[in-house]
Amino acid sequence: MTQPLLDVDGLKVDALFGRYAHPIIRDVSFRIMPGEAYGLVGESGSGKSVTSLGVMGLLKKPLRAAGGEIRFKGRNLLTLPKREMRRLRGNRIAMIFQEPMTALNPLSTVGRQIAEMFVLHQDKSWAEARELAVKALESVRVPNPDRRARNYPHQMSGGMRQRVMIAMALACNPDLLIADEPTTALDVTVQAEVLRLIKDLCAERGTAVLFISHDLGVIASICQRVGVMYAGCLVEENETRALFSNPRHEYTRGLLGALPRLGSRSLHGRQRLVDIDSIIADRSALTETRFIAPRDGQEERP
Amino acid sequence: MTISTATPADGPLLQVDDLHVRFPISGGGLLGAGRRMLHAVNGVSFALAKGECLSIVGESGCGKSTTALAILGLQEPTDGTIRYRGRMLSGPGAPGRMQRAKAVQMVFQDPYASLNPRQSVRASLAAPLRLHGITAASEISDRIEAMLADVGLTPEQAVRYPHEFSGGQRQRIGIARALILEPEIVVLDEPVSALDVSIRAQIINLLLDLQEKRGLSYVMISHDLSVVEHMSDRVCVMFFGQIVEEGGWRQIFETPAHPYTRRLIAAIPDPEVAMGRRAGAERFAGVPSPRGRDFVSDGRVAPDVFVPPAPSELVEIAPEHRVRLALSARSADVP
Amino acid sequence: MRFGFNFLLGAFLTALVILAGVLAPWIAPFDPVLDADLMNFEMPPDGTFWFGTDGQGRDVYSRILYGAQISLTVGIVSQVINSIIGVTLGMTAGYWGGWWDDLVNGFTNVMLAIPSLIFALAVMAVLGPGLASLLIALGLTNWSWTCRIARSSTLSLKSQGYVQAAQTLGYGDLRIMFTQILPNMMGPILVMATLGMGSAVLSEAALSFLGLGIQPPFPSWGSMLTDARQLIQIAPWVAFFPGIAIFLSVLGFNLLGDGLRDSLDPHMRTRTR
Repeated sequence: MTQPLLDVDGLKVDALFGRYAHPIIRDVSFRIMPGEAYGLVGESGSGKSVTSLGVMGLLKKPLRAAGGEIRFKGRNLLTLPKREMRRLRGNRIAMIFQEPMTALNPLSTVGRQIAEMFVLHQDKSWAEARELAVKALESVRVPNPDRRARNYPHQMSGGMRQRVMIAMALACNPDLLIADEPTTALDVTVQAEVLRLIKDLCAERGTAVLFISHDLGVIASICQRVGVMYAGCLVEENETRALFSNPRHEYTRGLLGALPRLGSRSLHGRQRLVDIDSIIADRSALTETRFIAPRDGQEERP
Repeated sequence: MTISTATPADGPLLQVDDLHVRFPISGGGLLGAGRRMLHAVNGVSFALAKGECLSIVGESGCGKSTTALAILGLQEPTDGTIRYRGRMLSGPGAPGRMQRAKAVQMVFQDPYASLNPRQSVRASLAAPLRLHGITAASEISDRIEAMLADVGLTPEQAVRYPHEFSGGQRQRIGIARALILEPEIVVLDEPVSALDVSIRAQIINLLLDLQEKRGLSYVMISHDLSVVEHMSDRVCVMFFGQIVEEGGWRQIFETPAHPYTRRLIAAIPDPEVAMGRRAGAERFAGVPSPRGRDFVSDGRVAPDVFVPPAPSELVEIAPEHRVRLALSARSADVP
Repeated sequence: MRFGFNFLLGAFLTALVILAGVLAPWIAPFDPVLDADLMNFEMPPDGTFWFGTDGQGRDVYSRILYGAQISLTVGIVSQVINSIIGVTLGMTAGYWGGWWDDLVNGFTNVMLAIPSLIFALAVMAVLGPGLASLLIALGLTNWSWTCRIARSSTLSLKSQGYVQAAQTLGYGDLRIMFTQILPNMMGPILVMATLGMGSAVLSEAALSFLGLGIQPPFPSWGSMLTDARQLIQIAPWVAFFPGIAIFLSVLGFNLLGDGLRDSLDPHMRTRTR
């Protein structure tokens, strides 16, 4: 059996307020295989973004990892020296965010910012890096890449900026791309284009994806396997198809029923949406049951 | 001055005709010479019947929010008319805020920014009642209590302040505030898009219940087509200041004619389509443009907002189903 | 609510100034003006005269207690005037915009371009010295920053949903300003006023030092410094104690202002709850 690329094992993250530690992530375990697109879905406060920050080694006060391991290619990222973590970040593990404007330097052209990745991580000369940057822009389907490379971030639309972020993230052919709500701020037609781009590029290059979103539709269209997070716990995990056709956890069932589905009114007439609070009597008991489906050729984990 | 409550026979509740809103863009010369005008809303017309939910959909910058603000009187139209029960709501002789308040109200997108953090729920519901002449303390209490019950909150929660509530509860308070003066029309500006997924269903159900119970008419502004399909009776699709397609929800979602409408529907990430259980965008492919005439834009390339668009008209292709096509004269000119 | 150390220190120092001023008639051992005793002039601090005596044999400790009354009055009254002017102009300019906004902005910029002490000097020159003219002069000089903050707060609050909701509910402009906008910008305005109290105390000291403020023999910390000017070599305590009083009260007002800024932030409040 192949080794997992990322193995999050019993991760615990606390928020430390004075002497009181408030648990944010309570024992989360999941694996991402090389080249696999794995989705974490959950509502605000479910801990899905904190999990991704943990993987990137970007937990900041008052957050701190309180237990468990995050193994990337067998190495525990939580105990890795800062220097080595920095070398991994951007090179082997890359990240794209919801709002690219905050992640891009407003005072530098996008071409230069992409070129910097090659200089920083692959010891290229600036002249070489600049050519590679234009190629990178071309690969994310930016029209007129050599002209666009000379643009500053504010001269671009939100969708273009997100493409630039993707070009930067994939510049060094990372093994893992972490995408935290990368399309939430975009218009629907632009979102569709950006999702297709992430899906195609990662499939082409064999990059694994950890995709974080609150939108079940987005997750379904990009991921092979999905984990559902609630209150800092992974309450259900399964192959995407199985999760959507046969949700086993009552929270997952509630989430799926709460969404108006395109086309369902034509087929069944207007049906009342499921009020999650009416089918789940006690939300505090939700995290007591977990359904983690086994991967092919694997025993079910307890 | 009051707004007449007599409805002209079979007349629409709200009638918007050829609405234009232009904004000056700074950077012009002296005395505004050479100032460029942004044409945010460019000749929008629609009618809203009593008890109907009309949705205006489109992407950011298409002018849907500006249209809503014009209906609410928060944005003065450059041109065109807005009528409520046949009486002008815009232009000279329009009623003041006090009269308009009983006709049209709004539910806002962001439940965190739409409630005054320094006003208790009771205060924010009682003030409009007092302003509109209801001063008896017992009547105010009764109406607030009934209103809160209607939106699913308890009377004890009235003394609390907004920061003590969750996002969904805040949106309930926002709905209560919009309905406390018993308006006939409520503008819903992305009413659920800022809420958590599991809360959305509750608010959508509540809005539909209230519509039925009180005979409300909704104008919903949204980019979320699955919510639009679920809630609307009729849909207007806007693209860069113009309505490109208008029809009943079934016509828009089952037989969309304009390429932009099709693109919008196809762009929704749909689990059913993603898993191949239902046909995606390809189900609309290959349908020729109606009556062999050209579309002004296929909705792929954003037009220059500073130049007037090519002449076009809304053409009825089926009963109550209209789509924007280039003027036939123009398409004949093109070799 | 939790307060930081700075806020508590600021509140303590401010309370000290208030107590000194209010209780001065009861706790001051001597009359600040009448108990001039030329036999005991320029006495260093001792058990009777805690802070020593000045050139005319008056008890420095008693004069500082009474001086607190002047400083407090100047600080509070001038800031009330400042805030009323600044908030009225800034809020209306931000809310209505247009030519009124241009006018207020231009006026504010002119006021900011004039050094405030010079402006106060000019006002004092017209009105003549004395407490009343001091209050007017300081009340008219420092409203520009309050005005700017009020204007920018109004601009950002104006686009909030609840202000738009108030418009659709039929509220008039003034009602919106007073019920929806003003309460939500009281935090920064209060902070500005508290910080302004510190600079008003300093300005009062400077104007009195120049002989334009409180007239002798009545004690203000600034005029006490003027009197001490010639004695700095032989009786340094006469200058030292008013100097310390000014320093501690200004520090107190500033720390209080900073602390208020943190604790009035509604987000901070929910977090500490």
